[in-house]
Amino acid sequence: MIPELGEYALILAFVLALAQSVFGLGGAHLQHRSWMEALTPTAMGVWVCMAASFCCITYAFVSHDFSVAYVANNSNLALPLLYRVAAVWGAHEGSLLLWILILASWALAVALCSSTLPAAFRARVLGVLGLIAAGFLSFTIATSSPFLRLIPAALDGADLNPILQDPALAAHPPILYMGYVGTAVAFAFAVAAMLSGQMDAAWARWTRPWTVMAWLFLTIGIALGSWWAYYELGWGGWWFWDPVENASFMPWLTATALIHSLAVTEAKGLFKSWTLLLAIFAFSLSLLGTFLVRSGVLVSVHAFASDPSRGLFILGLLLFFIVGSLVLYAVRASALKTNTGFALVSRESFLLLNNALLVAAAALILTGTLWPLFMDAFNLGKISVGPPYFNLVFLIPTLPLIALLGVGMHAGWTRAMLSSKRNALIGIAGGAALVAAFVALGCYDSAQLLTIVGFTAGFFVIGSSTWFVLHRLLTKQHLTRAAFGMALAHAGVGVLVIGVTGVSAYKVEKDLSLAPGEKAQIADYSFEYMGARPVAGPNYDAIEGRVVIRKHDMLVDELTTQKRTFRAQHQPMTQAGISVGWSRDLFVALGEDLGAGKWSMRIQYKPLVRFIWLGALIMALGGLIAVMDRRYRSVAKGA
Amino acid sequence: MTPRRKRLYALIAIVAGVAASATIALKAFNNNMLYFYDPSQVAAGVAPLHKTFRVGGMVTKGSVLREPGSLEVHFVVTDFQHSVTVSYSGLLPDLFREGQGVIAHGHLKDGLFMADEVLAKHDEKYMPPEVAKSLKPPVASLGAGT
Repeated sequence: MIPELGEYALILAFVLALAQSVFGLGGAHLQHRSWMEALTPTAMGVWVCMAASFCCITYAFVSHDFSVAYVANNSNLALPLLYRVAAVWGAHEGSLLLWILILASWALAVALCSSTLPAAFRARVLGVLGLIAAGFLSFTIATSSPFLRLIPAALDGADLNPILQDPALAAHPPILYMGYVGTAVAFAFAVAAMLSGQMDAAWARWTRPWTVMAWLFLTIGIALGSWWAYYELGWGGWWFWDPVENASFMPWLTATALIHSLAVTEAKGLFKSWTLLLAIFAFSLSLLGTFLVRSGVLVSVHAFASDPSRGLFILGLLLFFIVGSLVLYAVRASALKTNTGFALVSRESFLLLNNALLVAAAALILTGTLWPLFMDAFNLGKISVGPPYFNLVFLIPTLPLIALLGVGMHAGWTRAMLSSKRNALIGIAGGAALVAAFVALGCYDSAQLLTIVGFTAGFFVIGSSTWFVLHRLLTKQHLTRAAFGMALAHAGVGVLVIGVTGVSAYKVEKDLSLAPGEKAQIADYSFEYMGARPVAGPNYDAIEGRVVIRKHDMLVDELTTQKRTFRAQHQPMTQAGISVGWSRDLFVALGEDLGAGKWSMRIQYKPLVRFIWLGALIMALGGLIAVMDRRYRSVAKGA
Repeated sequence: MTPRRKRLYALIAIVAGVAASATIALKAFNNNMLYFYDPSQVAAGVAPLHKTFRVGGMVTKGSVLREPGSLEVHFVVTDFQHSVTVSYSGLLPDLFREGQGVIAHGHLKDGLFMADEVLAKHDEKYMPPEVAKSLKPPVASLGAGT
């Protein structure tokens, strides 16, 4: 009964979403006031139906309703409550439901806080969002309904994939989807601007907070995924250039570019058509991400068993939205031209460079991600593109980007008077280089050129951001939340760069064979393997290894690491033991019984690795503070 | 400097920058393109001798050999027509098992595939697409059914 209600709610949501797009796009075109006024209740209706549908599937999971195929495939009687709820989005059908629920939530938020927008413009934005929702709802209903019954019902479920039974991964998809789907709002604003032929500073001021919100969710989502991969996959890496990671990273890079180009559009009315194009790209890459993850076309650690026929449907949706918006762009963007210029040294040109470099990075990553697909499609051989490619092509645009970031922040609009700040900037850069040399040689005893460059860039950005804030406070200029958030987010980039540099340069990774009582020396630490014993968890049995870590005979930490075998699926999984610290993580993962009383063991020393996720969090926090700036609030409240 | 000339210099700088980065990117791309070969192709000598590539197939039952207490392990990967012996030192992934699909990354040396990385996938039911395609038809249905 409940699952059928969920299915009805889904169909009702589809009908309402269609109505939303017709009321929105048609109402704006035909100037039907009553249609446009119906948009808020319609968007509310879509949201209520989606929420109801989502509650139905959640109820089926919580109540162990194994007569529903999706529940039977992804849950189990022994699965703890938290993971039964998280299992809702543990596989394709449910995660799609979540995707659409989040889209409906964004649309509802737009509908509720957009009373000050011109009616026709608002109608178009909501119409486009309705169209996207209708497209994905038709996909769900036609190919991937989570409510299909299983006859006869299963006695017990097949269980959630063990590697998904983790708190960070329970939170990862919803947050990442908030970001993915949030780019749809910027996209809808762009399409509405092209349809109406109007795009002014108010448009940019409107679009900015929504884009920043989407961006900050993407940032947190990606960071969570990286953190999870680090401790859960048992490899101790934090980024693998895996196609699915790239699929989330490309929209992030484009959204970052979009935020910066929106700043120029808002302040100076420049880059208009470029901004539109970026909004289209960001959403297209989000859709591409969905396509790559859900169609199973790519070889990937994320490629859980998935179905190619669904891929075709998503590909159709993808082509419809991308080609449709690009055609619209080709026809209408020229009407939005601007003719003001700007000097070579100005905030505009720094932001232009920022955009060029970010988009170049995204394009190079896109090439590396999609090339194997082309090769395979045309029978030119089966290839994969290795991480060294991505490391190099990402580093080339990123290094100048970070250097420019530290300087560009201080440039004024139109024609910058950087000469007055030159000395201060040179001072900060010199200081950063000194600190970098001290950290590299003093704390870690070795330094390659790239390491010094990386540390210097990181410290320079942090120093430059700090000075930006201090300078405004000392000269008693008004420090807006937007400006403070910007500086904080940039400082976060610096923190992240320091983390990446440190862990790349000084990490030590070893696979060893150890007998109980045997010691291994890695960096300054001695790891003593104390032996393994069987333990039992709620839905798994495990062998637990214990490792005692000492530094110069002083006890540092005692870690346990488990090799778990889940009872339902008999799938083994490694639980790493990690000693967390500001300056380093110590990472121990149990391998297998090698015979002769020895166990294989993966031991890693990861200096500064925490700064990577800390930096990402600081960036997101900066974004949050910037969104709360007064000028956006007055837009929302209609003051 | 006239604005026109300034624009010209800027353009030249941009084109030079793009060209230089494109060259480096292309080079990096070529160096890091890893081809996938199935055991039949390796047996036929299609796979390169001194270059890293990936080989994949099913791990033959009973083929995993290990000196007790040592990290060194040997196993045979097959597409049910030909097979390749893989040598690896290190931790095998959690889902590595006999009768399962794997992909190894490494190079050929004296007829032995020296792997520096072995990948098995996260899901029991999941078969790497390359491996699924490379398995030879009569037996492939058996493999997919496991």
